[in-house]
Amino acid sequence: MKHSGYHTQFGGAFIPEILVPTFEQLEAAYLEAKADPAFWAEYKALMSSYSCRPTPITFAENLTRHFGGAQIYIKREDLNHTGAHKANNVMGQGLLTRRMGKKRVIAETGAGQHGVATATMAARFGFECTIYMGAVDVARQRPNVFWMEQMGATVIPVEDGSRTLKDAINEAFRDWVTNMDDTHYVLGTACGPYPFPDMVTWFQSIIGQEARQQMLERVGRLPDRAYACVGGGSNAMGLFSGFLNDKEVELVGVEAGGRGRGTGEHAARLAYDDASIGVAQGYKTYFLQDRDGQMQDTHSVSAGLDYVGVSPILASLHETGRVRFEAATDDEVIKAMQLTVRKEGLIPALESSHAFAQAFKEAPDLSPNDIILINQSGRADKDIFTVADAIDDPKWKEFIIRKAAQYQSGAQGGH
Amino acid sequence: MTDQLQHYIQARRQQKDLLLMTHIVLGYPDFDTSLRVVEAMVEAGVDLMELQIPFSEPMADGPVILRANAEALKTGATVDRCLELSEQITQRFDIPFLFMTYYNILFRRGVADFVGQMKQIGMQGAIIPDLPPEEGADYLAAMRSCELAPIHIFTPNTSSERMQHLSDCSAGFIYTVARKGVTGKDTAFSSELGDYLARCRAATNLPLALGFGVTSRADFEFIRGKADIAVIGSETIRVMERDGVAAVKPFIQGILSGG
Repeated sequence: MKHSGYHTQFGGAFIPEILVPTFEQLEAAYLEAKADPAFWAEYKALMSSYSCRPTPITFAENLTRHFGGAQIYIKREDLNHTGAHKANNVMGQGLLTRRMGKKRVIAETGAGQHGVATATMAARFGFECTIYMGAVDVARQRPNVFWMEQMGATVIPVEDGSRTLKDAINEAFRDWVTNMDDTHYVLGTACGPYPFPDMVTWFQSIIGQEARQQMLERVGRLPDRAYACVGGGSNAMGLFSGFLNDKEVELVGVEAGGRGRGTGEHAARLAYDDASIGVAQGYKTYFLQDRDGQMQDTHSVSAGLDYVGVSPILASLHETGRVRFEAATDDEVIKAMQLTVRKEGLIPALESSHAFAQAFKEAPDLSPNDIILINQSGRADKDIFTVADAIDDPKWKEFIIRKAAQYQSGAQGGH
Repeated sequence: MTDQLQHYIQARRQQKDLLLMTHIVLGYPDFDTSLRVVEAMVEAGVDLMELQIPFSEPMADGPVILRANAEALKTGATVDRCLELSEQITQRFDIPFLFMTYYNILFRRGVADFVGQMKQIGMQGAIIPDLPPEEGADYLAAMRSCELAPIHIFTPNTSSERMQHLSDCSAGFIYTVARKGVTGKDTAFSSELGDYLARCRAATNLPLALGFGVTSRADFEFIRGKADIAVIGSETIRVMERDGVAAVKPFIQGILSGG
């Protein structure tokens, strides 16, 4: 195994010995694909015919007027197939899986977006598919579980640990150490052992490549600030990688502030002071952990940002100061989402709404000559239950009660 | 590298042709019970033991040990308490004890400090399953300077070339995994095992411990003549959970009674 995959002091590959040959094979396949222009061309062709690439940028005219500050542009990753940037990563890894001659894929999922995206990819490529999902998340994301199963994936609820995303990752690794010969683990974010952070960033960099070109074509210049939400960090790495060399573009990563600073109920690893450097799940980064190095429970209204670690590449960009990190609380996020729905008719996922919330805090203080770009990493269809609860919508409750009564009486749903 | 552990194993092997290593999770179900289980195991004739310091993300462990880790943490098992109990254990019992844990436990304390403490409390080595030698330069240096044994793992997937590299980074013995997968899953002891162990032998002069999946005397007897040390991991936890602490000693005695 080559010793590589560090970004300043973060990253690495802290893997059980049994996976060493598997990671060697994956690294070789990744580096070969990266050096082969035909691979990227095939990837782009696939994403333009199976998903909706290039995704547009939208000028948010009403929000811009509302805040009276910077001009607000939105990169529309919500228009991908399955409704989020996750499609970029899974289709790329699907092509790589085929190249490695493997027949089965496994994945972890938190909110379920990555699970659904992986299940679509597996259906499309004809792979067998198993998805590991924390039992807590299975309970709160039934619509996504429904679609995964419809697409032929086996969804396994993980009952260990905190029964959320990190436990699903551990369980996927346990499957992999048994079945590595025919199975590829489609890790969903820019975390985990090398080469995953770099490889996932590479597939997601299509977001930033497009966005940079689109800003130049549409607006004639680059944005002053670019905002992306940060869970594991793949959509942020995707957007930011288009602008890393453009020093005039300030990059802002927005983490889940949950119930706020000092509450211990959040998932802000870089914006708050609660996290420290550690090694878990195969890589070195900032983790929300205790003094002994035990991982702590996290909280966010958005399942997709509810994670103890963060991309080692982002930890490095935090250290070098290239990316500024902020956090948005659950309440700010719900308000930002409602405002965006009302003003623009766009429906950002709760995850993406973190980026909107932070941008809305800053936009009024900027001048109308300033331009900001927000990555709308996904759409909120999956969040309908959570959002309806958060805004306590009486008509939604009535609908669910009626629907439940129909099921209880044995009648068919619908009309 | 230190030869103390290796010499112990080789001397012991002069007396019997197969040694037994067992495992517990410190603080599971509580620290008093951990001490009683160690006592039962030593009295039953175990030759060396792994003491696992619980970690919240035990990636290489199967469901039984995973749950034991989680339970131990839930009931307040801290690293300090694990070190305190381990010191009592090494003072009371006259067999070698090794730590099994994950790298973050060492990393958070400072690797050199942790290794220094290991030495101070009388541990003889460690198995860190998520720390390949490529990431472990600090650890290997600290273990060397404290004359403790860093133990690495061979698997059926490991190339002979890498086995030699791992052996160069190890002391005491090599932990050979008989099959793919996490701890505590069934192993079909296939005929390929002989070829695999021959490959392991060719790659190292260190004694071989054969790990994962021993549950019965028949399994133990099967290993006789093939490896130097048989390892019982999760099965003793299953026995304790099913039949209580008092069942651990007769279980181990039953496994050893063939010898």
